[in-house]
Amino acid sequence: MSENLTKPENQVYKKTDVLTDKVMHYCPGCGHGTAHRMLAEVIDELGVQEETIGVAPVGCSVLAYYYFDVDMQEAAHGRATAVATGIKRVFPEKYVFTYQGDGDLAAIGTAETIHACNRGENILIVFINNGIYGMTGGQMAPTTLPGMKSSTSPRGREVETMGNPLKITEMVATLPGTHFVTRQAVHTPANVRKTKRALKKALEYQKENKGTCFVEIVSNCPSGWKMTPVQSNKWMEENMFPFYPLGDIKVPQ
Amino acid sequence: MAKRGDVVINIEKCKGCEVCIAACPHEVLAMSKEVNTKGYHYSVKVNSNCVGCANCAIVCPDAVITVYREK
Repeated sequence: MSENLTKPENQVYKKTDVLTDKVMHYCPGCGHGTAHRMLAEVIDELGVQEETIGVAPVGCSVLAYYYFDVDMQEAAHGRATAVATGIKRVFPEKYVFTYQGDGDLAAIGTAETIHACNRGENILIVFINNGIYGMTGGQMAPTTLPGMKSSTSPRGREVETMGNPLKITEMVATLPGTHFVTRQAVHTPANVRKTKRALKKALEYQKENKGTCFVEIVSNCPSGWKMTPVQSNKWMEENMFPFYPLGDIKVPQ
Repeated sequence: MAKRGDVVINIEKCKGCEVCIAACPHEVLAMSKEVNTKGYHYSVKVNSNCVGCANCAIVCPDAVITVYREK
């Protein structure tokens, strides 16, 4: 009685059309792909594909403009929030988002990020934090955990000489310009669904012109961390989450 | 009785990260012995316990899984 179930009327999940069919260049198991898909699904569900403009960063997600079937602009390294500010001011009725990694947003782009948030620009900032510079070979990033090994801290990050990790999400939450600040993850089905809800809320708030929405997604870097994807997700739960706890940091009153 | 489901995997786009295998509550998926044209082992359905919960598709970074569930 093996009746064929693969009929269109039985379909419950398929790739959203807001993602292009291009094969992503990300390493196997990388959280970027899931984060892309969630953002694309939210754009699809809100029906704003034609009204959305994204800004791609420099880093692993530099080629994000190949994968989102929306208008995209590439920014100089770290300057995505500044570029998004300009786009949003010229097209205030459009939905504008930036998609940045931790090397782009929390290192070279710290000033742009903090000032865009402080000005309360009506943009969505999606921040992927994997604690490492994945694209250039796993160097230490500002978000690398104390004691975490990277190619430029091979014996682990020493706080005495290399400084403390930067919790930029908590920092921007203190600024009056931010409206909604949250930290999520995409390694389990439950977390992916929560991330999607957070992204959806953030895009909906943009219509109300209340301020910057900032969604951090704690992600893995199997290649940079030298682990299998499943191991890296477990390592992330055990080590990243105690330092970067998940949940809403600033919610609108 | 739970509703029956089915998954269709785009094996050419699968990179064999095994995240779907960890996410499946009914141990429906496993890695293939064969490789695709990129050289990755890919995810395959190995039994008929699928209930169409779509957990595998939701965590798949490369969006290769389409899920069906009987009405």
